[in-house]
Amino acid sequence: MNRLLLNKIILVLSTLSAVIGIGFLFWILGTLSYKGISSIHWSTFANDLVEGGIRNLLVGQFTMALLASALAVPLGMMAGIYLREYGHGSKLASLIRNLSDIMMSAPSIVIGVFVFALFVDPFGGYNGYAGIIALAIMMIPIIISTTDNMLALVPKELREAGIALGGSKHKIILQIVIKAAKVGITTGVLLSFARIIGETAPLLFTSANNQFFTMDLSGQFPSLTVSIYNLATYPDSASRELAWAASFILTMIVLCINLIGRYAIRNKK
Amino acid sequence: MSGKLFRNFSFLSATLSFFILVGIFAVLFTYAQDAMHEFGFDFLFNETWEADEDDEGGIFGGFIPIIGTLLSTLIAMLIATPLAMGISIFLTEIASETIAKPVSIAIELLAAIPSIIYGMWGLFYFAPIVHDIFGGNGVGLLTAGIVLAIMIIPFMAAITRDSMNTTPQVLKESAYAMGATKFEVIKDVVMPYAKGGIIGSIILALGRALGETMAVAFLIGSVMSLPGKITDPTTSIPVLLANNFAEAQDLEMSSMYFLALILFVVSFFIISIAKFYFLGKPVKVKK
Repeated sequence: MNRLLLNKIILVLSTLSAVIGIGFLFWILGTLSYKGISSIHWSTFANDLVEGGIRNLLVGQFTMALLASALAVPLGMMAGIYLREYGHGSKLASLIRNLSDIMMSAPSIVIGVFVFALFVDPFGGYNGYAGIIALAIMMIPIIISTTDNMLALVPKELREAGIALGGSKHKIILQIVIKAAKVGITTGVLLSFARIIGETAPLLFTSANNQFFTMDLSGQFPSLTVSIYNLATYPDSASRELAWAASFILTMIVLCINLIGRYAIRNKK
Repeated sequence: MSGKLFRNFSFLSATLSFFILVGIFAVLFTYAQDAMHEFGFDFLFNETWEADEDDEGGIFGGFIPIIGTLLSTLIAMLIATPLAMGISIFLTEIASETIAKPVSIAIELLAAIPSIIYGMWGLFYFAPIVHDIFGGNGVGLLTAGIVLAIMIIPFMAAITRDSMNTTPQVLKESAYAMGATKFEVIKDVVMPYAKGGIIGSIILALGRALGETMAVAFLIGSVMSLPGKITDPTTSIPVLLANNFAEAQDLEMSSMYFLALILFVVSFFIISIAKFYFLGKPVKVKK
């Protein structure tokens, strides 16, 4: 009977772990909603940080994440195309694929330090461009790996059909292969966007933060996440409330983009 | 766009990630030179971190942040590993499809929450609980380790689940036919079959925990002292960088670069071992 008992214990413990995992999700989302929603007022969206709102922070965070994507998506996709369509099987391609995989898990604070050394220190101060570059460096490996994996799923026959029609290699890639992998790549782009929009560490000493509304990327640039870090440590309750409101909005944005990404995949399959 | 141009552009993009990686290493190494020459190998074991009054020199050793990083990661791994294994067992062997799916999504959403949110939640909701149960002042090694564990559980669970799912049904059925219990099937069939993936996921999560910044920055206390008890505040490499890097001068700055280099090199090897030795080819985390 002993082994049956052991079996039961393990099964109960496993189920318990799943309950604990989900418990934490609801606990975090619950407190976040409770604290966040009660702290959100109309002025939260209408004012800039200097007046106790997050308008400039939201605009700043999105501006940097979008511009980082504008940099990372074409570069990452082209690199993925090279790995799968041109260099596939070569030593160089597999080296690059491995290095890019490692970059995907590199500590984000180290990327911040790297960008600080190259794009902040020599230019005399924090600037929005540096923040964008740091976010793009985080995003590129994710886009490379998604593109590479999604192109691998495109059947060889599609490419052969393109060749039979007399298409040149780059036309086949652009007009047939990429189109076939469109949904998967879009999902990857959405998920990586969701990841970088919530990043704090690479921005701390690259774009830093700005209390005022600005679109000038050559100076300190407003950031939602960096502001949360600052606000949460201030002793006054107004700052803390604003930090909760900002955290709630950030989490909702990230989770919504994630769910949209997953939904896109499921519809296709 | 002509074909040749397209091909060349794609080649250049591909080499970019190579140059970024080498660039990071080269830049950190160059800027860490002063500290390396000044302190050498002893940097790793020296617990003094003191700038001179004129801010130009001083004695800097990385022992405290290095120990803080290792201990918080160790606590996180001890808590996260059994829980992540339990969750994967639940998802692959216990739950029916209709339950496993929403649970899977919930666990993956847990992974999507930005780390700063974990930090903030941990500071205001979790630290007081740790304070009530274990004493101390709430923030410290233990709080940082526990919240770090919650953060890495989803990664570990997702990869472990995927590799457990690759166990052929026939193998499991044969074991059941011999009268094995579910636990025995998991222990003697699924676990050995998925061993590479499981160990890989643990090491990958380890790499993630070592480099985690924001959640730990809220919770570890950010104090330059060795922890005497598990509830004591201390600091870690990423947290020291996050809070003090930008204001540091000369030799202190160089010492920070040295710490960043150490973190980067250690993560590089840990991730490489996980990905190429245990996971073979990258396992896709999303499903």
